Amino acid sequence: MSRAVWILAVLLSHWRRHPMQLATLLIGLISATALWSGVQALNQQARASYDRAAAIFGGTRTPMLVAQSGATFPQALFVKLRRAGWPVSPVLEGRVQVGGHSYRLLGIEPVTLPAEVGDAPTIGRASLQAFMTPPGRTLVAPETLGELQLAEGAAPLASNGTSLPPLAAQAELVPDVLVVDIGIAQKLLNKPDQISRLLVGKSRGLQETLESVAGDTLRLVEADAETDLDRLTDSFHLNLTAFGLLSFFVGLFIVNSAIGLAYEQRLPMLRTLRACGVSARLMNGVLVFELVSLALVAGVIGLACGYFIAAQLLPDVAASLRGLYGAPIPGELSLKPEWWIAGLAISVAGALIAAATSLAKAIRLPVLAVAQPQAWRRAQRRWLLLQSGASLVTFAVAAWLLWAGQSLIAGFGVLAALLFGAALILPALLEILLSLGERAARSALANWFWADSRQQLSGLSLALMALLLALSVNVGVATMVETFSRTFLSWLDGRLAADVYLSAIDDAQADAIKTWLRGRREVTAVLAGGRAEAQVDGGPVEVLGLPDDATYRDHWPLLQSDSGGWQGLQRGESCFISEQLSRRMHLSPGDRIALSTPGGDWPLQVAGIYADYGNPKSQLAVNAAALFQHFPGTPQTRLALRVEPGKIPALVTALSEQFGLDGRNLLDQAALKAESTRIFNRTFAVTAALNAFTLAVAGVALLTSLLTLANSRLPQLAPLWAIGITRRQLAAVELTKTLSVALITALLALPLGLLVAWCLIAIVNVKAFGWRLPFHVFPLQLVKLLGVAVAASLLASLLPVARLARMQPADLVKVFADER
Amino acid sequence: MSAERHISRRAFAGGLALLGLPRPTRAQGFAGLGADADGYASVTPGKVFSFPADHGPHPDFRIEWWYVTANLKDAAGIAYGAQWTLFRQALAPGAQLEGWANQQIWMAHAAVTRADAHRTAETFARGGVGQAGVIAEPFQAWIDSWTMRRGSGFDANTISPLELSASGKDFSYAFHLEADRPLVLQGEGGYSKKSEREQASYYYSQPFFKLRGRLRIDEGPVDVTGQAWMDREWSSRPLATDQTGWDWLALHFAGGEKLMLYRMRQKDGHDYASGTWILADATTRRLTPSDIRMTPHAPVEVEGHRLPVAWQIAVPSLSVAIETAPLNPKAWMGTSFAYWEGPISFAGSHAGVGYLELTGY
Repeated sequence: MSRAVWILAVLLSHWRRHPMQLATLLIGLISATALWSGVQALNQQARASYDRAAAIFGGTRTPMLVAQSGATFPQALFVKLRRAGWPVSPVLEGRVQVGGHSYRLLGIEPVTLPAEVGDAPTIGRASLQAFMTPPGRTLVAPETLGELQLAEGAAPLASNGTSLPPLAAQAELVPDVLVVDIGIAQKLLNKPDQISRLLVGKSRGLQETLESVAGDTLRLVEADAETDLDRLTDSFHLNLTAFGLLSFFVGLFIVNSAIGLAYEQRLPMLRTLRACGVSARLMNGVLVFELVSLALVAGVIGLACGYFIAAQLLPDVAASLRGLYGAPIPGELSLKPEWWIAGLAISVAGALIAAATSLAKAIRLPVLAVAQPQAWRRAQRRWLLLQSGASLVTFAVAAWLLWAGQSLIAGFGVLAALLFGAALILPALLEILLSLGERAARSALANWFWADSRQQLSGLSLALMALLLALSVNVGVATMVETFSRTFLSWLDGRLAADVYLSAIDDAQADAIKTWLRGRREVTAVLAGGRAEAQVDGGPVEVLGLPDDATYRDHWPLLQSDSGGWQGLQRGESCFISEQLSRRMHLSPGDRIALSTPGGDWPLQVAGIYADYGNPKSQLAVNAAALFQHFPGTPQTRLALRVEPGKIPALVTALSEQFGLDGRNLLDQAALKAESTRIFNRTFAVTAALNAFTLAVAGVALLTSLLTLANSRLPQLAPLWAIGITRRQLAAVELTKTLSVALITALLALPLGLLVAWCLIAIVNVKAFGWRLPFHVFPLQLVKLLGVAVAASLLASLLPVARLARMQPADLVKVFADER
Repeated sequence: MSAERHISRRAFAGGLALLGLPRPTRAQGFAGLGADADGYASVTPGKVFSFPADHGPHPDFRIEWWYVTANLKDAAGIAYGAQWTLFRQALAPGAQLEGWANQQIWMAHAAVTRADAHRTAETFARGGVGQAGVIAEPFQAWIDSWTMRRGSGFDANTISPLELSASGKDFSYAFHLEADRPLVLQGEGGYSKKSEREQASYYYSQPFFKLRGRLRIDEGPVDVTGQAWMDREWSSRPLATDQTGWDWLALHFAGGEKLMLYRMRQKDGHDYASGTWILADATTRRLTPSDIRMTPHAPVEVEGHRLPVAWQIAVPSLSVAIETAPLNPKAWMGTSFAYWEGPISFAGSHAGVGYLELTGY
């Protein structure tokens, strides 16, 4: 045992003499673990929230009965079904406003709630009697309690003047949901004896058919193993995971170069130890032990950093998911123990993978072999060929995925294969470019410059590959985000053509508002629209009622349309469909669809396709009057106003004072645009942050590679110094060399980045969101990124170059004295 | 296993406790039945029963049940048992409110037993919306698809004939019950004491039902005939705080007599026994603690509970000395509040069949 300890002490002494190498190794492992586990933490948190959401009373994991019309239905049907043997439990859902926020109100019936509805039955158990008997309880997530700034037991006032039952915190609930007893919900929502859906428990005995009990008023929605949110947000998480993985590999590049050098330098030491009688087995054991211990230390630090990264990004992720999908994510991070274990495991596994070749070499070390510190560069040509071959195979995989793949995963697969292939072929490309340079060189020093760059290539190539990847992903994402924000802004202009949007509490208030508006001379048009939920071919769609007005005719963001589309709309014969719906159902202008309505199917011709960015649901637009006719009972509470310029703020103030409307139901166009833009910007804030992280890690990779190379390059530089080139000149040459290979890499990254952007826009976005953006290139942005890349390389090479410039002549002379 | 997890037919604490309210402790007796009855009506001696009104619910009282047990045989002579129980529990005293605001919770248990099978089901409902309830006139009791309703030619004084049905995921039954003798008031004219103190309930029975019908366990339906016993009981505080459970028997003697016996077990070991001897003409004789000797045989383990499923019963004043044996010792009611209840047969000085219930084990 003490023998092993001594061997370990000898091995560790290397790190004491080369603290920079140790730092490099640890930085690599830490950044790999930190980014990977940070991203995993975000994903885990979001997924856990979806589960919480799904567990509530009739997420998609419970089969349920809903009305064919999508509307509420009489509670008598619940009793009828129970008495016919159906194990059903009623739920009433609606929205209430408390303190300026809109909350989802769920009325449940705890006594019949099926035991298998997720965690639901535990909710309310602790105080069932208090929950059911007056005044009842309002169960809310602890986060919601904080948002309302109220304590448990407080009874908040809803905006319609009714008082909610006293609040009670329930950790199982998601934010933004209020749960009350069904009887209380019926009162709060003013829907006496009405229910939204029936949750269906496990069958317990004889049961009559649904049709014989409820006729065709209800339909059964089967349980879904996956939640809606899971499906909708898959792309988002895949995106995060892809970034996490990329950072992880970039981190491993650092580890690989650090370990490669350290092991190479320690070969004489290992040989001496073996010669002193240390068995190969013991030495290998100690080597692995050393590596695992370092990986564990780095893993713990990496996890702490990962936690910090996740905590910093979580508010943005939460905002993105909420804005994009309406998925409520609590803003606080809570992690399972698995996360910590997985983080450490990935650190150890990463270290072992990165060290695999070096370890294998050390393990097979022949005792009497002569030290060959440069041997690992010898096989460069063969290695370049092999790598280029692998790259071509990877490109072939990308092409195949592009041609054959249908899913989002395939989209990311194309992206991954493209990037990986490009990284693999980079050294070969650089080699070709550098040898061209060498051929063109006139002076001896220039010739040496090119030749030495080539010689240095294998040592730098991993770092350069990391730089290429980070840079091209940066170019790709930046292009996409820029494209997105421009397209989105012009789309918003078209979509939000009216000046003021308001939504009344009910039809009576809407009528009162209309009457009041008639007396306002600055209001040039009052356009009443509406929204309904319906189905096309069994799939849910949102039906938007557009008033027949020039405001819409002139601005609606149509991507494609028939001539005379608006006339067809006005007659109630045709509709416009969103791009998402068109892609999902393969519809194009001229096709016919049947929209299910309470009064039967409504045949419609597709007259056009419009952009509906950011909406996870399929949508179609019809004439508002036709909508109200086919969906009787649809609240006519949504009004759009045209107002004379400059008089908008005054009108908004007057409206809110007169009718008690707040920011939730009264918005002027400017505010709405700002809000929408904010949501979309936050959506990409996370991507941008991870992007920056990746670039930073690539910079570190370059720095560490240069540092490790600097030590071993003295034998190459010393002769030049000896023949009269000053240290300063040498440093300048070294700097130029590094910058020129970095610049070549960055230039290669630009087209690759544009290809990445194209993949994101044309493949990934379409599969993830259902819409496609027009592709734009932004040259200024590319120049900026190029500058960032060169600056990063400059920063990375400054330390090693400065060291060289200030190196003691004695150290250079030593090269000739040493046997190396 | 603690006693508070159990419920007895005579000790329904309502959907409340069953749905997981803080479970009452031993100090409060079974399932909260020893709890204070403040605000609810009290059970006092001297009540004059009136039918059909008393067949309906008594929401002024905390708890109430409609309870039928049956001993059956099919054409091949195979013996069966069946149980149908509807419990009512008030969440709060006071006038009955409409709709979801109604303060009643209903719970029901159904079971069928054969020597090699025991199937159970339970269900819950809130009052006020029509999912469950009892109406005195025209008599019907229901919860979900389970019903007990008057048949044609119904007589409130015999609560007969009745149509009874229930189903679970692996059994179902539908029975027709008829009795030609009047209802039997238990205890002192329907005032049934549960301890030496004031714990008591109103309690009457119809032990003379003849039954025919059809039941199904897994395979196809079988036609059965037999005899059934109905109990009606309501109270606000039927259990003393130091009582932990009880053993109850309802016996059909081959000679036409009926015997109801129960033993309330107390923590101090001073059990309280009571019973009624019912002659074939429905006249009764009240049995006091000193009349009754109930001796359990060695307990057997069922579903992790040690239960006295066989008994030695002696009522010297009636020259009754019998040994009971369960049809199926595994008649465990694995419902939200679990207990043992199943058909038994007995031999000795007399022979016959009946039902045994064991709670609090």
